[in-house]
Formats: sequence, C-alpha cells, structure tokens
Amino acid sequence: MSYRVIGKSPPRADAWEKVRGRPIYAGDLALSGMLHGRIVRSPYASARIVKIDTGAAQALPGVAAVLTHADVPRNELRMELPGRMAEATAGAVLATQPVLAGDRVRFQGEPVVAIAAETPEVATRAAELVEIEYEELPGVFDPFESLRPGAPLVHEGGNVLRRWQLRKGDIGEGFRRAEVQVEQTYRTPFVDHVYLETETGVGWIDAEGVLTLRVSTQVLEHFRDVAEVLRLPHSRVRLEGAYLGGGFGGKEDVTVECLLGLLVWKTRRPVQLVFSREESFIGHGKRHPYVMRYKTGAMRSGELVVLEAELCSDAGAYAALSPWVLFYSLVTATGPYRVPHVHVDAATVYTNNPVASAFRTFGSIQTCIAYEAQMDALAEALGMDPLELREKNFLRKGDRIATGQALESEPMLGETMRRAWAALGPPRPAARPVRIGRGLAASFTPYGRMCWTRDSASAWVGMEQDGTAVIRCAAPDVGGGQTASLCAIAGELLGLPVERVVAVGRDSHFTPRAGTTTATRQLFMSGNAVLKAAREVRRHLVEQAAAMLEAAPEDVELYDGRASVRGVPDRSVVIAEVVKAATAAGRPTQALDKFDAPWAPTIDPLTGQGKPFNDYTFGTQAVEVEIDEETGVTRATRLVACYDVGQAINRKSAEGQIEGGAVQGLGHALMEEVLLEQGISKNPHLLDYKIPTTLDAPVIEAILLESGNGLGPFGAKGIGEPAMTPTPAAVMNAVSRAVGRRVTDLPITAERLLAKLQGPS
Amino acid sequence: MSLPLDFTLNGRPCRIDAPPHWTVLDLVRDGLSLFGAKDGCGEGVCGACTVLLDGQPIRGCLVLAARLAGHALVTIEGLGPDALDPLQEAFAELGAAQCGFCTPGMILSAKALLAVNPAPSAHDVREALAGNLCRCTGYVKIVEAVLAAAHGHGR
Repeated sequence: MSYRVIGKSPPRADAWEKVRGRPIYAGDLALSGMLHGRIVRSPYASARIVKIDTGAAQALPGVAAVLTHADVPRNELRMELPGRMAEATAGAVLATQPVLAGDRVRFQGEPVVAIAAETPEVATRAAELVEIEYEELPGVFDPFESLRPGAPLVHEGGNVLRRWQLRKGDIGEGFRRAEVQVEQTYRTPFVDHVYLETETGVGWIDAEGVLTLRVSTQVLEHFRDVAEVLRLPHSRVRLEGAYLGGGFGGKEDVTVECLLGLLVWKTRRPVQLVFSREESFIGHGKRHPYVMRYKTGAMRSGELVVLEAELCSDAGAYAALSPWVLFYSLVTATGPYRVPHVHVDAATVYTNNPVASAFRTFGSIQTCIAYEAQMDALAEALGMDPLELREKNFLRKGDRIATGQALESEPMLGETMRRAWAALGPPRPAARPVRIGRGLAASFTPYGRMCWTRDSASAWVGMEQDGTAVIRCAAPDVGGGQTASLCAIAGELLGLPVERVVAVGRDSHFTPRAGTTTATRQLFMSGNAVLKAAREVRRHLVEQAAAMLEAAPEDVELYDGRASVRGVPDRSVVIAEVVKAATAAGRPTQALDKFDAPWAPTIDPLTGQGKPFNDYTFGTQAVEVEIDEETGVTRATRLVACYDVGQAINRKSAEGQIEGGAVQGLGHALMEEVLLEQGISKNPHLLDYKIPTTLDAPVIEAILLESGNGLGPFGAKGIGEPAMTPTPAAVMNAVSRAVGRRVTDLPITAERLLAKLQGPS
Repeated sequence: MSLPLDFTLNGRPCRIDAPPHWTVLDLVRDGLSLFGAKDGCGEGVCGACTVLLDGQPIRGCLVLAARLAGHALVTIEGLGPDALDPLQEAFAELGAAQCGFCTPGMILSAKALLAVNPAPSAHDVREALAGNLCRCTGYVKIVEAVLAAAHGHGR
C-alpha cells in the first residue's frame, strides 16, 4: 500500500514552535492577580496527625488561603476510571486517597496543607509557619513484611490490595514432563519518571463561573475528580490540556488538579501550582518494585513445558493503579512464548513506601526481566543457543497466549529477533579489564485498554473555506507526536499535506472526548476516531468534486490539495473550491465520529482465562555492554531495537519513541533507583537520582517492520510503551553473559556488580 | 527592594529592576516574560534553564541575575529572530524535539559548542550536551541534528 502523507517523516508542527521555545506549557501561563500555591507534605512515612495549627500562616501578610482536610468538600479521591472499571473491580476494593490528609499520613510526601499567597516567597514562608504535630506510628516498608500476620496495617481491611491468578494446564504434569528446570528470583526497584517538567498547573474561574484548570496531564477526564472533590456539577469544571513536558505514565493519576482546584475555588483568584523537583520525587507515583520468583521447565529439545511464577509488587501507601499494573504483569508473565502449563500467583501489597502507579509499560517491564532472564538461563542449562531456544517457542499466528487468547495475526517475533541481533554487527574483541557482552530480550506489550473497559474515543474533523482542515480531539500530547499523527491521518484521507491540517486544543469542554494518553492507546483509539470522521468528510468532498469534474465519485482522488480524476490529472480542482461549492450546495464539510474498541467480557477471576486486550506489540532489543571488571562499571555501547509497528504514521516519531524508550530502559537497568530508608527517600534530587545523559546513551538503531496487521489506522500498532519493555531484560542478559554469572537484581550498579564479580560464582 | 540592572538581551540593550535574590532564570521568566528557559530541577543538574552569557552556556537557575550587569545574555527567543538558526531548523527537521521541554537549553548548549568547534564529531557533541538532560529522545536525533546543523544539512 502506498501512502502520500503517512509513513513519512514531515517535521511536526509542534516542533517548529518547540525549537523557538514558544509553546506555553502549564507553568508558563502568568495571569494577572495570580496567586502561588504551596503544599505542606508529611515528613513521616507513617504517623497520626495530632494537631494542625495554621494560625501563624494565616496571619502572614500576603497569604490568601491556608487549607486543610476540613476545607475539602469531599476529601476522597477515587481510583477508578468513571463508568469503565466497575465490572472489573468486582472483588477489588474501591480504593480512595484523601486530597489532604486528616488524621493520618501513610507516606512521606503526603499532602496535608494547601497554601495560596501573593508571591512564591510568601507562600514558602507560610508553609514554614504551619505547625503540624505528628505522632509517629509503626510502618511497614517491605511487601513480604506487610503480608505477615500482625504487620502494621496501612489501611483498615488488610495490607493486600489485590491478587490475580492465572491457571492454564496442569503444572504438576508440566514439571513431571520437564527434563530441565531453572529457578530464580528477580528484584526490581522503585523508579521515577523524571519528566523534565514537574507536575504543574494554573487555574482560574472563567466568565461563566466554570472552574478552569490548565494542567500538565495525560488525563483530561480528571475534571470529574476535581468536580467530585469540590462537590460541583461535572459541567462546572474544565480541564485545558497544555503540551506536556513529558508524562511516561506519571501524569496519569491526579497530580496538582484537586489541590489547585481547591485553592482557586476557595480564593476565587487565579492560582499557579508548580511542584518542585523534590516534591515530584516524593509526591507522585513510582514504578512498582517487584519480587518475582520464576520456575521454568523445558524438554531437552528446548520446547517449553511449564512456567510457575509468583509476583509480588509494592503498591506503596495508596492503591492508585496498582491492581491494573499487576494485571498487565499477569497477562505478560510467560513472555511471548507457547507454554502449555502455567501457574501465576500475583499480589500487590500496601506499604508505607511511596505510592506506586503507572509508568511506561505498566507492569510489562518487570515480567520481561524475569521471563527473558529465564530463557537465557534455560538456554545455558540446555547448552543451546539462546536465539534458537526462543525461536522454537515464539508465539505464532493462531497460538494462544497464557490467558487463552488466540493471536489473530503473525507476531513476527523471529524476524524482530534475528534482525536486531544481526544489526549488532560482528563481535568486538575485549581486553582486560574490559569485558564485552551481548544480550537480547524479546517482548510483548499490550496497546489499548483492557477489552472489558469498553474504551472509546471521539473526534471532529472539518474543512475550512481555504481548503485547510481542522481536527478537534481531546487527546493530550505528551510529546510523542500524538497531535501530529492525528493530522497526518486526516491529511492522508483528505488529500492534504500535514501542514494544512491543524488540531486545535485539547480540552475537556471544547473538544470531543478522546480518553487518556496512556496505555499506548491514542494512535489506536483517537487515530481511528479521526480516521472515521475524516472518511466521512472525504465522502462529501469526493461527491462534490465528482459533480464539479463530471466524473464518477469512485474515479475521484484527493491528493496534494486537489481533487483529480483518476488517470486524468489535468481534470482537477483545488480542495478549497470543492469546500466552497459543497458549502454553497448545503453539503456537510465536517463530521463528528466515535471509535469503539472491540469489547470482550472480563477475564475469569479464578483462572485469568479470557481476552484481556485487543492486540499486542511485539519486538526485540539487542544490546552490547562493556564492563570494567576492576570498577564494576557497565556501559551500553550499542543497542538495536526491532519492532513490528504495523504501519509507521510518522517514521521519525516512531523511531523517537523507540530510541527514547530504550534509553529510559537503560536508566532503569543500570542506574536508577529511588533509595528508601524506612519509607523516607534518600535521593529526591537529580544530583543523587541519576538518569542517562548523552554520554550514557549508546548508539541506537531502530528497525521498523510494517506488517499492516495492527488495529490502529492503516494497520498501525502502538509503540509508546512497548519501546521500553525489553531494554532492562536485554541489558541484564548482556551483563550476565559478560561476567559469566546470572545477574538478577536491578539496577546493575557498579557496586552491585563488583560484589557479584568478587563473590562466589 | 529591587536594583536596576543594565545588560544586553538578545542583542538589544535592556534595563530592568530586579530583586537581588533573583536568579537569571527568575529574571528571564518572571521579569522579562521569556518562557523558553525552563525550570526542571532548580539545582543546576538538568540544563533546561541553559542560556548564553557572553556566548557561554550557563545554568540560569544557579547564577544570580546581578551577574548580568554589563554583559550579554542570549535566550532561545534571541536565536535567529528573522530566520531560524540552522540548529533550530535541524532539530525540527530531524525529529530532535519531542516534548520540547529540554529543547531550548539543548539548542543553546549546542550553539555554544558550534561557536568554538564548527565541525564537531559525534563524541564532541555528546560531551558538550552531557549537562542537558532529555527524557524523551534517547539523544539519538539530538546528536544527529547538531551534526547536521554543523555540516550545513539543515533545510
């Protein structure tokens, strides 16, 4: 299939603004009379609040509001997707979190008091004047401790937030048959998103009395949460989406929204609330630490027979999205392999550690570490090439994943693996003290929400009289090119180059609801919504042009801004003339449409059997590392990532997701860890929490395969999260090979690796 | 209390009253309403607040505004006011800007590099940009864009 607009790499419209420093991010909007917000947070991981005295802070000149739990109309933030999760929460708690803590704090950084003042300096001073008396309570900081009888309760009702289980075949039979077994336990840390822009927003009350918040968020639907907390009609709260300075899942939960809304509503003045980097570190949800015990069995031939896994994730102090993150882990626990006998028990557990929630890959990255390390360990035990072992067991079209869902198209796993491995090039010699190792990891990651959530997205597409097109679609742009891709999709349908399509606004009131920019769902969902709407507009334009060109509609083509008769390019008319004529003829030149993701019932809660997701993105990453055996320092030198993206919409955007995901994954593998002591963060600063720089990032090659098999527009699949899934696993395998011992815990810091090198083999 | 401050801003003389505790970042954002420089960490690590002081990249969040007196400050808004700088062209053309939050600082650090090293190697570029964090791109297209701008391969 040949396309004129999609599949190429036109510069994104937003990029021309971004290189000039022009986009107005949420923190860049200064309003006249604007107050500055500050949040007073708990310094304790577990404590009772004895007394809150705001008198001195209230009395400080320039202070407009000092708010506590008593000022919050409904002090309860609910962790569910309105109207879409109820079916799946059967058995799960309906978990809530206070907006401002009242009698008890459960993690360091929990908001207790919200302040608004004339200047940032006064707000900071007022925060210092707030007196809060705490009585420290015993806390629990390890999920296994948390599970013990008699452990301090984080919430009434027990410390287990959610369990899931997967049952397929008979593992007893599996282990009897298996000729080779490998067993290992893997551990991953708390990881921070470290978007360059911290959580930020500015709010005001508009002329109609609508509380309006311009926020850096992946989820415009949080306007409902604000309305619920303030006991306002949903229609009186509006969220305006700004361009985000990065999200990665960390701006999926509510961040500033309710605190900001509260301050604006109480003061009736514009308020800006910007979290400092330290607040961002201690205040927002992290990637879950996992402990994963895996036991995998195979025949001498390499055929996988059985997989048993226990997954335990640390949810931190509040539920957030932990049950669903764990669900993704359950579904992906076996990796992209055929395994007849599977038994997975998974639990996510409350502690007094930071809240853990969504982070790019959403539970798929941890399991990939385990299942891919197991594959390498198994290959070693079998004396088999790790690529050959994988190739024997990869899922193929028609095969069933562990939940019983049959794959409707070819995952192309073998090709992604062979291409990625080959592209690493010939092996390089190493001389002491440097060791070189190579490893790879294959992966599968869902794109789009769980089938039973009945996900949908809407979009409006319309023509202007000058022949340009406008898209209205409330899809937040986190920086991945979401908006530009929607423009390309409409451009392809309407025969317009991308620069003649504009997407205006991302706004809960003024643009059709498109859902969240999370779950790698926007290209799939909003992309299809724009496709449907643009198709409708196209139909009208073609009919009008057919009349004007005296041709049959099926002979009219739209491209390069013209409507032409197929095969007779000089019989053509510019789109602007078609639009004018259509308008004069009373023909519609705009359309609103909605795309509904295919639905399937909730999975069986006892066996995990069913169709959890509509589709998956498959791919492999291969990496080469250099290790200095004297210092233990590991450096990635080359990384190749090969994915079936279905169809690239903007090629450079797709590559950019892969390159960025891989480097974020390298940080996870080699350096990143939120260090906690009894729940207290020891490194809530970029000085002490290192992320990869230009000097840490290797040369990266992204190889895009285009099967056309995806469920997105033109057969596209999502790539945002899958881009990161296999990186830490590939690095772990490369390091293990280089040092000749299995590395099982992340991050692979110099200290940890040196201990491994010097320890017993 | 504010003190008058005279300096050159993006090639033009500028006088502004600035509180003595203001940093260069406070001055450009709160005093001059130039929002291209970003506050990513407030402690000189992320590089999102990078601006050029007499052609040298500095951390706007670490340098007091008073330091500007008599000197020349360039922010992203001062680059190629009529035509885009080749770096800006290359960043946009080659997909080097994703969320865009690090982009102004990244481009200004690269600008300072090219001023002293007009034909850098990929390693030179990586060295020069090591103090500018990006969480979106993996740096691949950023390095490509700087090399392309240096070698005249911008649009």
